[in-house]
Amino acid sequence: MMIGKMNGHFRLMLAGAALSAMVFAAPALAATPADTLVQAWAIDDTITLDPAESFELSPAEFLGNAYDMLVRLDISDTTKVRPGVAESWTVSDDGLTYTFKLKPGLKFASGNPITAKDVAWSFERVVKLDKSPAFILTQFGLTKDNVTEKAKAVDDGTFVFTVDKSYAPSFVLNCLTATVGAVMDSKLVLEHVAPVTPTDEYKFDNDFGNGWLKTGYAGSGPFKIRDWRANEILVLERNDNYYGDKPALARVIYRHVKESATQRLMLEAGDIDVARNLEPGDLEAISKKADLTTTSAPKGTVYYISLNQKNENLAKPEVRQALKYLVDYDAIGSTLIKGIGEIRQTYQAKGVLGALDSNPFTFDVAKAKELLEKAGLKDGFTVTMDVRNTQPVTGIAESFQQTVGQAGIKLEIIPGDGKQTLTKYRARNHDMYIGQWGMDYWDPNSNAETFTSNPNNADDGTVKTLAWRNAWDVPELTEKTKAALLERDNDKRATMYKELQQAALDTSPFLLIFQQTEVAGLRGNVKNYKLGPNFDSNFVAPVTKE
Amino acid sequence: MSTADTQTPARRANKRASAILKAIASFVVIVGTTYLGLLAVTFFIGRVVPIDPVLAIVGDRAPAHVVERTREEMGFNLPYYHQFYLYVKGVLSGDFGTSVLTTNPVMADIRRVFPATMELATVGTIIGAALGIPLGVLAAVKRGSLADQIVRIIGLIGYSVPIFWLGLLALLVFYARLGWTAGPGRIDVVFEYTFTPITGFFLLDAVLNRDRAAFKDIFAHIILPASLLGYFSLAYISRMTRSFMLNELSQEYIVAARAKGLSETRIIWGHALRNAAVPLVTVIALSYAGLLEGSVLTETVFAWPGLGLYITNSLQNADMNAVLGGTIVIGSVFIALNLLSDLLYRLLDPRTRIR
Repeated sequence: MMIGKMNGHFRLMLAGAALSAMVFAAPALAATPADTLVQAWAIDDTITLDPAESFELSPAEFLGNAYDMLVRLDISDTTKVRPGVAESWTVSDDGLTYTFKLKPGLKFASGNPITAKDVAWSFERVVKLDKSPAFILTQFGLTKDNVTEKAKAVDDGTFVFTVDKSYAPSFVLNCLTATVGAVMDSKLVLEHVAPVTPTDEYKFDNDFGNGWLKTGYAGSGPFKIRDWRANEILVLERNDNYYGDKPALARVIYRHVKESATQRLMLEAGDIDVARNLEPGDLEAISKKADLTTTSAPKGTVYYISLNQKNENLAKPEVRQALKYLVDYDAIGSTLIKGIGEIRQTYQAKGVLGALDSNPFTFDVAKAKELLEKAGLKDGFTVTMDVRNTQPVTGIAESFQQTVGQAGIKLEIIPGDGKQTLTKYRARNHDMYIGQWGMDYWDPNSNAETFTSNPNNADDGTVKTLAWRNAWDVPELTEKTKAALLERDNDKRATMYKELQQAALDTSPFLLIFQQTEVAGLRGNVKNYKLGPNFDSNFVAPVTKE
Repeated sequence: MSTADTQTPARRANKRASAILKAIASFVVIVGTTYLGLLAVTFFIGRVVPIDPVLAIVGDRAPAHVVERTREEMGFNLPYYHQFYLYVKGVLSGDFGTSVLTTNPVMADIRRVFPATMELATVGTIIGAALGIPLGVLAAVKRGSLADQIVRIIGLIGYSVPIFWLGLLALLVFYARLGWTAGPGRIDVVFEYTFTPITGFFLLDAVLNRDRAAFKDIFAHIILPASLLGYFSLAYISRMTRSFMLNELSQEYIVAARAKGLSETRIIWGHALRNAAVPLVTVIALSYAGLLEGSVLTETVFAWPGLGLYITNSLQNADMNAVLGGTIVIGSVFIALNLLSDLLYRLLDPRTRIR
């Protein structure tokens, strides 16, 4: 009977717990504030917000929205550029001097005026800090010693940039659209420089504000960066000093949410307006909901399988071609990368100058067998492939393992963590590798240089392009890639890149598979949300909410 | 003769003091070697994994000269023993290095993420203990009955269902369908500008700020992941409580108490549970420590910016300073909780007190 009493206690306790949960429960459908766009996105690749150092994907989007460059990529025709801070520009007849006229009366978010001196100082700090993306500017012959001469303010409204060779103007201008070319508020940054003891490696007595800018902001874009907490949140706020069309929304909040299924639930519940890391299944479910929509854009990242030429079987030209016939492109395209990618067999991303739209290979076992027989490998061979543990590459690797098996090739998959397989790849210790490559800057030279040039194939070579990583020694293509840089006629330049891509199709150890498509799921009331061809042109300024 | 009388208590006090000193000394030695072992093992595992740490810092696309310069700057080209020496030297002066992912000092990062995990674990453990102990007692008292079977099944589900799946299911039901709780994250974005954390324990901060709306929102956010963690510790705690209680209930003193005519409530709660409480403290402390490690999957599903997510993320990116720092914190938590449960033992069980 006492036990009966105790049961009463239990019931009371349980009821109490349930009741307290209900009392505190939130109202049903949450909604984000009307003047705020909330996006869920895996932003853990953001390690710094300094344009001179940042070289990853998510910060490119933040910097692209919060900073302005001399020139910007023209979204309506991505083979061209449009004015940014610069109003107009001229190129001297010898192709060495670029003169930029700045738009008059512009201001940074801080209220400081934008002058050519700010532009020159921005170039100077990039070159002197010499972080990962600095080569985008230093490849024009800028050094720590000559940068103040070569990138110079003539007066407050005129900036002159002198390059060392007569490059194709499209190449120079395309490179200046990269986030590393952001125009920095020199007055503001100079208030935050930290002293540094000069060393042999770094000869300057201050850090050019690099420490402060890891989380700080000194730009002039339509939004300013208000707050960033690593792996948590990034907040953009409308910049009222912006000269162009002011954003309709007061702020854009990026919340770090990694999981696709979680993002989908939050989008359905109305806690976020945009979901950015949706996997094919969740994307499909969202596209079927009446109050939700999706949007997508091809991005400058291509996925490929590469063959190390140090492996004597893979070094045979017939084997390289045979393997290109052993990828089941149709099956991969219709299942594994459905909605998140598009089959593409050339290495230039769609939309970039000189991109060759050609997919000559189909899955053809007979043809592949024929080629293998020519190579003297009628009975196939055994080979390994390093594969990192993420989709869709694991799925593609498994499909490839099965399809090459039909031609007698025994493929052993070595699974590994991303950084681990990459370390092995960079040391040229692989047989086959499946990976992706994102463009460094929006110009065909970026991918041409890595896929079809290899200045020094020695193990201690200093220019470690993808061709080098696969020990593909191609002096002729290397020369041609260089020559394309100096071709000042845009049409001729485009043709040269097409020829390089054709050569890669015919002979390279790269099996290009697909170009990545970026997708986003949206609440129905979000309008004018458009993804760009690269991350720094995912502009959020035009977005409105109904 | 009187000297003998006065000397004995003094000698006894001396003996006692030296026993305490000895206990402290052995404790320090044990903790010291544990820490050193922890450091050495994590450090060398971190160095022998076939991942280039420079890759984590500069990324795949960095030019070769930047890679080399960074390797030089970070001291990765020194011999391992030298790197270890430098690391231990840094740790002894309170410098755990800088995380390459967040570029903050590791301890600053951990100070930021640990409260999130600790808050979740604390609420989770409270839920787990508050429900697990009564359920365990019920199961023991009504051994073999339907109630016992139900408790057993609840525990079994808690043990065997993957938390990842259960988390998503809970979100789907309570957040997406019913709208009873808030979604992933610690706090709604609308509080981003009005709510300022003080201690990092948001529930406490809301009380300190006297911000009723924020408290409600934070509670609505924490209740689901905390209940989930609570459920898992409930499964463990209720099983352990049941077996401890069964053990106590079969003791002769219980029969004696019944013979004395004590009420059943008093026998169960006042005598049996009181004695079962001693080992239970260890069980609860260990399950609390387990939750403090940061439940990686729960934190992933609920986008909870805690220690588990931080360490996993660092590990995947070969950010060894952050991993080492995190390991030391977790190690400290285990050592501290073990110590705490030792002290609680002494409070609960007079036999273990030093005489």
